[in-house]
Amino acid sequence: MEWLTLTIDGREVSALKGSTVLEACRVNNIPIPTLCYDKALTPAGACRLCIVQIEGMRNLPPSCVTQVTQGMKVETQNEKVRNARKTILELLVANHPLDCMTCQKLGDCSLAEYAYEYGVKGQEYKGEKRQLPIDDDNPYILRDLNKCILCGKCIATCEAVTERNVIGFAYRGFQAKVSTFMDTDLKDSSCVYCNRCVAICPVGALMDKNMIGKGRAWELKKEEVTCTFCDSGCEFVINSKNGKVLGVTAKSASNGRPLCLKGRIGSDFRYNSERTDKPFINRDGEFVQVTWSEFLGLGNIVEKINSLTK
Amino acid sequence: MEWLTLTIDGREVSVLKGSTVLEACRRNDIPIPTLCHDPELTAGGACRLCVVQIEGMRNLPPSCVTQVTQGMKVETQNPKVRNARKTILELLVANHPLDCMTCQKMGNCSLAEFAYEYGVTGEIYQGERRNLPIDESNPFILRDPNKCILCGKCIKACSEIQGKSILDFSYRGFDAQVGPAFNVPYNESDCDFCGSCVSVCPVGALVEKQMVGKGHPWEITKVQTTCPFCGVGCNFDLNVKDGKVIGVTSNPEAPVNGKALCVKGRFGMDMIYSPHRLTTPLIRKDGVLVPAEWDEALDLIASKFGEIKKNYGPDSIAALSSAHCTNEENYLMQKFMRAVIGTNNVDHCART
Amino acid sequence: MTNSINEIPNTKAMFVIGSNATEAHPVIGTKMKQALAKGSKLIVVDPRCTNLAEHSDVWLRLRSGTDIALINGIMNIILANGWEDRAFIEARTEGFEETRKTIEKYPPELVSQITGVPVEQLIEAAKLYATAECAEIFYTLGITEHVCGTDNVKSLANLAMLTGNLGKESSGVNPMRGQNNVQGACDMGALPNVYPGYQQVANPEVQAKFEAAWGVPLSPKNGFTIPDMFAAATSKNLRALYCMGEDPVITDADANHVRKGLQSLDFLVVQEIFLSETAKLADVVLPGASYAEKTGTFSNTERRVQMVNQAIKPIGNARTDGEIICDIATRMGYPFEYQSSAEVMQEIARLTPIFGGITHARLGTQGLQWPVPTIEHPGTKFLHEGKFSRGLGQFVAIDNQLPAELPDKEYPFLLNTGRKLSHYNVFTQHSPSLEIHSPEELAEVNPVDAKRLGLEVNEVVKVTSRRGEVKTKIKITERVPVGMIFMTFHYFDSPTNELTNGAYDKTTKTYEYKVCGVQITKIA
Ligand code: SF4
Ligand code: SF4
Ligand code: SF4
Ligand code: SF4
Ligand code: SF4
Ligand code: SF4
Ligand code: FES
Ligand code: FES
Repeated sequence: MEWLTLTIDGREVSALKGSTVLEACRVNNIPIPTLCYDKALTPAGACRLCIVQIEGMRNLPPSCVTQVTQGMKVETQNEKVRNARKTILELLVANHPLDCMTCQKLGDCSLAEYAYEYGVKGQEYKGEKRQLPIDDDNPYILRDLNKCILCGKCIATCEAVTERNVIGFAYRGFQAKVSTFMDTDLKDSSCVYCNRCVAICPVGALMDKNMIGKGRAWELKKEEVTCTFCDSGCEFVINSKNGKVLGVTAKSASNGRPLCLKGRIGSDFRYNSERTDKPFINRDGEFVQVTWSEFLGLGNIVEKINSLTK
Repeated sequence: MEWLTLTIDGREVSVLKGSTVLEACRRNDIPIPTLCHDPELTAGGACRLCVVQIEGMRNLPPSCVTQVTQGMKVETQNPKVRNARKTILELLVANHPLDCMTCQKMGNCSLAEFAYEYGVTGEIYQGERRNLPIDESNPFILRDPNKCILCGKCIKACSEIQGKSILDFSYRGFDAQVGPAFNVPYNESDCDFCGSCVSVCPVGALVEKQMVGKGHPWEITKVQTTCPFCGVGCNFDLNVKDGKVIGVTSNPEAPVNGKALCVKGRFGMDMIYSPHRLTTPLIRKDGVLVPAEWDEALDLIASKFGEIKKNYGPDSIAALSSAHCTNEENYLMQKFMRAVIGTNNVDHCART
Repeated sequence: MTNSINEIPNTKAMFVIGSNATEAHPVIGTKMKQALAKGSKLIVVDPRCTNLAEHSDVWLRLRSGTDIALINGIMNIILANGWEDRAFIEARTEGFEETRKTIEKYPPELVSQITGVPVEQLIEAAKLYATAECAEIFYTLGITEHVCGTDNVKSLANLAMLTGNLGKESSGVNPMRGQNNVQGACDMGALPNVYPGYQQVANPEVQAKFEAAWGVPLSPKNGFTIPDMFAAATSKNLRALYCMGEDPVITDADANHVRKGLQSLDFLVVQEIFLSETAKLADVVLPGASYAEKTGTFSNTERRVQMVNQAIKPIGNARTDGEIICDIATRMGYPFEYQSSAEVMQEIARLTPIFGGITHARLGTQGLQWPVPTIEHPGTKFLHEGKFSRGLGQFVAIDNQLPAELPDKEYPFLLNTGRKLSHYNVFTQHSPSLEIHSPEELAEVNPVDAKRLGLEVNEVVKVTSRRGEVKTKIKITERVPVGMIFMTFHYFDSPTNELTNGAYDKTTKTYEYKVCGVQITKIA
């Protein structure tokens, strides 16, 4: 392993050859805002919020796709960089519903966080806002594409599990959006409700319906558990508020971990003693509520659940 | 003291005669949303968000101004009550800027909290919104009248806590505003900048300017402490984020002052990060003070004091202790002079 | 204070003398206003028109330095009208007859001549104070910062005892301590004549107790007070000074005298959070920690010991003052080994009867008011209930005394000093926001004087006394009477204490900051 030395904001730091400027900053606790980056995914360089200034480079390169070189001089917070980021945020917010007051994502929303930090109010570029219908007719995911910032992370994480590949980009320009095959609602797609996309979405475009209205991000205590229904070892989050469990949600998963609906709902059944709703399954295009034993009986996990309750 | 029994949401509870229904609920952990009520101020009755249903009463009375009676039957969460509250919130939100994304109050804003709880998005009564200028003319208080819900608490705090009457309603109807009388900016009024008004405002209409952009309420740890500026000894909470003090907020439990503070206690904390802070020991070398290591400085002091004590006796050394330092530090200083140096030459500056 | 701050809103009459509470003790000022809102009467005694004076029922605008005559005059009126509390005087006090004789020498007309206050106002004030069901006296620097400061205080005690307004709820004599922990510094024995808890240095039993506790022989001789220190330094009787958290060059009267004393020292150590004027003269400067960076306690003016809780790590390389002292002691061969300030408090409680029941854990979020003799004791809300600490309350006959320096031909203006709301002594100038809000000295001059001298608003003038000179901007206002100039001591650029008099009270050694003669001259 070869180490390189570079200067970030006047501070000398070392980074492994082959790492990106963003990684070098993260290792050294230098904050860089990112929207499309995720360490489990191949960097896309799509949002450009992570730009920095590097001596000798024209433009402001995105740090998530720029590799460090020996002696590189990086500035992460100068006025030029901050202004450019602010402009990107202004544009995003200008085409974003101002729903934070009641949005379930607030407190955990990257867009709102950076807008607060950069003092962006969306007053700068007032323009047309999208008026897309909200996809609400499945029991698991609330999809509000008006809030989507087109970061592409949901597509990448869905694709990462070979047989899934449910969503992709459609249309261009102002019309661009993340869409299922034939642009249907999730209900009529091949979606399996693993919620990988929900867990990775930086904003409130994809939400776990189970949590809506139950508490704000800052009121929740999160505890991680490993699913025991199969051998993949996926991780889920138990959310509680004032000592009361509210529900189990997906945790953003790396490539080897598929996540699945059964695992999540089964974990919810296991940890959420307050749960009263029966689970849903999609039967011939319609969601119907079924008994727990029927739901959990799907697949090979009935023995697992039995072994758990012992 | 006489106790009364009443039923709230089917639960029997006892409270002191003279309490309000709201107090009865609060004491029994039954949540009631309020916007204009504050235990340190005289009763509200303005916002009506605290309405409940009481058997035998027409209408829905506001719980904050309704006294309990023996055998009263109260419902706090039935659909009628919740719908009434929701309507009130819809109307407030309809004339409210959609600034929560960047609003300093978010996370501690009663309007946003109840809007979330009641699922209010402000889409029902879309109407004209105010577009009033923001008052940022002073370094302490940021006033955004567009966010004001006209609850009147700041007016009461100014007169009942601070004994001033800077704030008042001006204009009427849609144009009604609460702010310094005659609607002048804060710094053109006779305001003391005690910030009592800020400490009671339920929304982001009045916020501490120093804290704007420095951190959300949910990221902040509060540390109760005693004011370092005068002998009144007010207590307040230092707001800490990532190891940095970003502001001061009132602590209603403060024994001497409650929510009241003065401009120094509430806003003077930025002296902690003054660029004039000393951050390293200095030793005079060739007539100038130069930075030094702690060990060098402390060894020098110990040997110099030792030498002077030996040559001229313990009474040739004196100490000025400090009315700014803690009791423990003053104790240590006088013990140091008396037990280590061997003199009673210790005094402190202001004998006030 | 003999009463608690939260008793103020319930009192029926307030006699505020030499105290600009709304600016110097703002939250006490707000409590006074709450009392006013509930119908309390307010008597203000001050040469300057303070904010409280504007809200008062009677404002006695006395000549500076005539406080004793005024108080004697009020007592004279009380006696003449039979408003005194006979029962209280008989049961709880001694020395009354002798004092009565002195009081009789101060008939209202004479007092009016001395003080410049009309007779009717004196009578009104006497009546409001003496006939209220309960009444509190408040005073601060305006009373103590005089050569006769101690006598001023005793006069006020006379007044309270005469009317029985002592030792009960919302009734008492309340000196308001200026800086945040002056009370605590005194309580902890940072004084040359007492150990912690006011135990006398000269008392052999006390000495023996502390010798046993600390394991070393101790000196029975009272030490130097501050004014003594600077004199002793100049005469080389004092060789080294360890100065912690104070800036005597700025805050002590007659700055030039102080500076000369400090410069004569062989070795000066200053431990401070800012590079103060005093620190600039030091041989070694040690960076201390601010209140947000340490844990410990402060005692407020109502004797309430309260927690200071550490919120952040000391800035840069700074250390807490406690840590530094312990380190020096240890290096000098007497190890101070405390794990925490809570442990220091345990030692304080062991050795200090009035702090006997105090622990950090007990202080919690509400604090305790000393005396707290035992671990079960709930603390003491007001003092002297049923009994004074010395048994009977002592009346002391006091005659009027003139200030050490009054205006004369050469220095025709009377300089009065005080505080303003947005600053506290000098160190609030380091708060950027307070600094923006209130950036500079604005000395107050009466319009009549301004006209006579041809001064304009905001003009910069030179103010000179026998000891030094400063430049300051002025504000023209009727708040000050003709012949007076009022300045604060918050600003480095206008160091008012270059001017003030180094004369001090014979008992407490408190400087006469409040009165001296100065000259105002136009610069241009
Ligand atoms: S839905 Fe979320 S994750 Fe997907 S592109 Fe939009 S913002 Fe990104
Ligand atoms: S997605 Fe984020 S920015 Fe958008 S409404 Fe929700 S919280 Fe606000
Ligand atoms: S005051 Fe409350 S509701 Fe209004 S913008 Fe701020 S946080 Fe949102
Ligand atoms: S800061 Fe204090 S004085 Fe000023 S308006 Fe608010 S409450 Fe009144
Ligand atoms: S400024 Fe705040 S406290 Fe005052 S009326 Fe408006 S919302 Fe209420
Ligand atoms: S907040 Fe103001 S009144 Fe209270 S202790 Fe601090 S300086 Fe004194
Ligand atoms: S995070 Fe680098 S471009 Fe989006
Ligand atoms: S809280 Fe009761 S009416 Fe506002």
